[in-house]
Amino acid sequence: MSETSSAPAAAHHGPPTTFISKHVFSLDHKVIGKQYYALALVAALSGMVLSWLMRIHLGWTNAAIPGLQLITKSGAPGGVMTPEYYLQLMTMHGTIMVFFVLTTAPFAAFGNFFLPIQVGAEDMPFPRFNMMSFWVTFLAFVVLMSSFFLGDGPTLGGWTQYAPLNAVGSAGGPGQGLGVVLWAASIALFCIGQLLGSLNFITTTLDLRVKGMSLMRLPLSAWAWFITSCMGLTAFSVLLPACILVILDHVAGTSFFVASGLVINDQVLPHSGGSTLLWQHLFWFFGHPEVYIAIVPGLGIVSHVLITNMRKPMLSQRVLIYCMGALAVLSYMVYGHHMFVSGMNPVSALAFSFPTLVITIPATIVVLIWVFSLYGSRLRINSASLFALGFISMFVTGGVSGFFLAQPSIDIMLHATYFVVGHFHMVMGVAAMFGIFAGTYFWFPKMSGRMMNETLGRIHFWLSFVGAYCIFMPFHYLGMVGNIRRYSTFVDDFLKPLIPVHQWITIAALITGAAQLIFLYNLIHSRFWGKPAPDNPWEATSLEWSTATPPPWDNFGGKHPVVYHDPFQYGVQSSVGDYVMQASPEQVKTEHDEQ
Amino acid sequence: MATQVHESSHVGVHRLPDDGHSGNDGRNLVPADGDRRLAQDYSPPPSSTAIWVVLFAITMMFAAFTSALIVRKGSSLDWRAFKLPSVLFFNTGLLLASSVSLEISRHRITAFMSSIKNQFESPARWLYVTLFLGLLFVAGQYVAWSQLRAQGLYLATNPSSSFFYVLTAIHALHVLGGLAGLSYVIRRLSKSSLRRSTLDAAARYWHFMGALWWYLLVLLWMEL
Repeated sequence: MSETSSAPAAAHHGPPTTFISKHVFSLDHKVIGKQYYALALVAALSGMVLSWLMRIHLGWTNAAIPGLQLITKSGAPGGVMTPEYYLQLMTMHGTIMVFFVLTTAPFAAFGNFFLPIQVGAEDMPFPRFNMMSFWVTFLAFVVLMSSFFLGDGPTLGGWTQYAPLNAVGSAGGPGQGLGVVLWAASIALFCIGQLLGSLNFITTTLDLRVKGMSLMRLPLSAWAWFITSCMGLTAFSVLLPACILVILDHVAGTSFFVASGLVINDQVLPHSGGSTLLWQHLFWFFGHPEVYIAIVPGLGIVSHVLITNMRKPMLSQRVLIYCMGALAVLSYMVYGHHMFVSGMNPVSALAFSFPTLVITIPATIVVLIWVFSLYGSRLRINSASLFALGFISMFVTGGVSGFFLAQPSIDIMLHATYFVVGHFHMVMGVAAMFGIFAGTYFWFPKMSGRMMNETLGRIHFWLSFVGAYCIFMPFHYLGMVGNIRRYSTFVDDFLKPLIPVHQWITIAALITGAAQLIFLYNLIHSRFWGKPAPDNPWEATSLEWSTATPPPWDNFGGKHPVVYHDPFQYGVQSSVGDYVMQASPEQVKTEHDEQ
Repeated sequence: MATQVHESSHVGVHRLPDDGHSGNDGRNLVPADGDRRLAQDYSPPPSSTAIWVVLFAITMMFAAFTSALIVRKGSSLDWRAFKLPSVLFFNTGLLLASSVSLEISRHRITAFMSSIKNQFESPARWLYVTLFLGLLFVAGQYVAWSQLRAQGLYLATNPSSSFFYVLTAIHALHVLGGLAGLSYVIRRLSKSSLRRSTLDAAARYWHFMGALWWYLLVLLWMEL
């Protein structure tokens, strides 16, 4: 054997020596990945509790929620939330979930932990930036959550923070003064954190691959994280200036987003001549790719999990990669479909509608590759593969409603209704969450050194799967009969008959949310008392399964693997079974191997 | 010679793989004691890639600001033009000079690293000049802001002045970041641990700041 392996130029830091450097301000990408995961977990629970509160209010408008008045003095007198407080909770639910859960968990958490190991590196090339990335994101979360307790509460403008409401100050309602400033500061910090993360992800993928790890030999999950980091780099560097401009409108009296002569509550606002649509352009240039930032890591994770459990490669790894790349590129060409009712020229609407329909092509190809690869395979059923299948189901269901919304003529009717809410909750909310769950059940053994409880995992899946459909399918029906989103109560005659549907959704949401506590219990219990995990419990092939469980601080114990094979060599005959690991020099005959 | 500088650095530690029958649980890892140094390399140093990533992000950021300026200007009739402070042109000269001094410095450090011209006793001298010119540029920008304030043009006076302050301030912040990068290069140089790729990355960033300033100057001159 004459082939040599080169040490990647990373991990300039030595092993941690103190508790602080090991567990708090750690430079180790694995610890940072776990920190991101923990942050996402706390954020997800916070977001879920907020959704419970909202759902209870929507189902039973006059019901007092015990204890709510302790959190907010004016927002819920006697425990019954005001319409303004409902909107504040809704805004925080959306912001927390989109930024601090759907971006941090599948991308920052799993990507941080596994991308360097999957390419064979000891760490990210810039560990200090990586550490900063997490702590800046953490600070962003603290700033956001602090708005619950400062001033007159968090902003009520929705996670999209449309202008001019985002810049009119306290005249716009509770939380529109300090609340918006905290929101924008939080998101600006979040952008900085994710830009630092993207910098590390891109350089890790391009520069730190070990010998033999060509780009096409990267596992699909690594490809997904790489593509996502490219998207994040472009998107967050545009949202950051937008947040700066909003903050300036608040604290410096500038007029970027508030039109002149705007009157609120009989007061003429001092701003002059701002452009309300400017915010929408800046926000949605980020906002639509953000949807793909949330879902593309899921595509990679689900592909990785499915292949391992199918025991055969996908029909075409290459096409899957190209499709994820196409989704990333196209995601920047479609953002105007969020603005069909903004008064844009119909020709512009058509120009945005066309790529929106085109983007369904790579998404459909991905799904078809999954389905046809699954066809005839003897899928190993476990919690991870069940959630991967659930991901496909949610992605397809949510994606199909996208066909309708992509067309301006239909979108004008469905815009700002529950149909849209149902669409994005299924296609990017629940689907991405299922991707996170699939990743968790799959990689937990490597991350913690212990196995999760399989029975609890399956119960968690079925309750979540059925529950998600019970919650979000009715959203579509509500939207089709004109149930407008963001209403806190339904007093109009045509909405009153829909209240039982809302009550059904609330009950389903409470049960499905409670099912997540099973996952939480499983996670915590398994972390400390789970069965010890072997190095490669799933008989998987990528590099993370080549090292010890859990991996040492430098990932491969001072050694550097050499990669000999494509990432997913299953269905072969080798000395260890029906697979051959990427780092194994064993020669097996396979049509998929590049060598 | 007191100072010694490591050359390009990415001559990494290379290891030999095992024969595939190491018996380490089928992991087939390369033994840790198989280290050997090889001159070859197959991937660029991360800082070379990273700097392009950083420059791309900054480009996107200023593209967003530019779009905002154009849209905001076209959305209302309240845009008021004003004459750019003349000190800006002097500042432009400073930034240009700093790029020249950085190139001289880079040339000397490169020669120093490759030991072709050992006569450069203090290769950091021109880096200090660059640093000084950069600081002078930031000070010059402050003078420009003061001149505008003297005319009664503040951040919130008019969208045109708002964009002037925002664009120049964000650019100045990035220049300060570049100065921090140059200080880091000087520190590494004094510790004999400077990598060529680090120097190149810092230089690219600095020149980009200069090019970005030219762009902003033209934009502001045309739009204000």
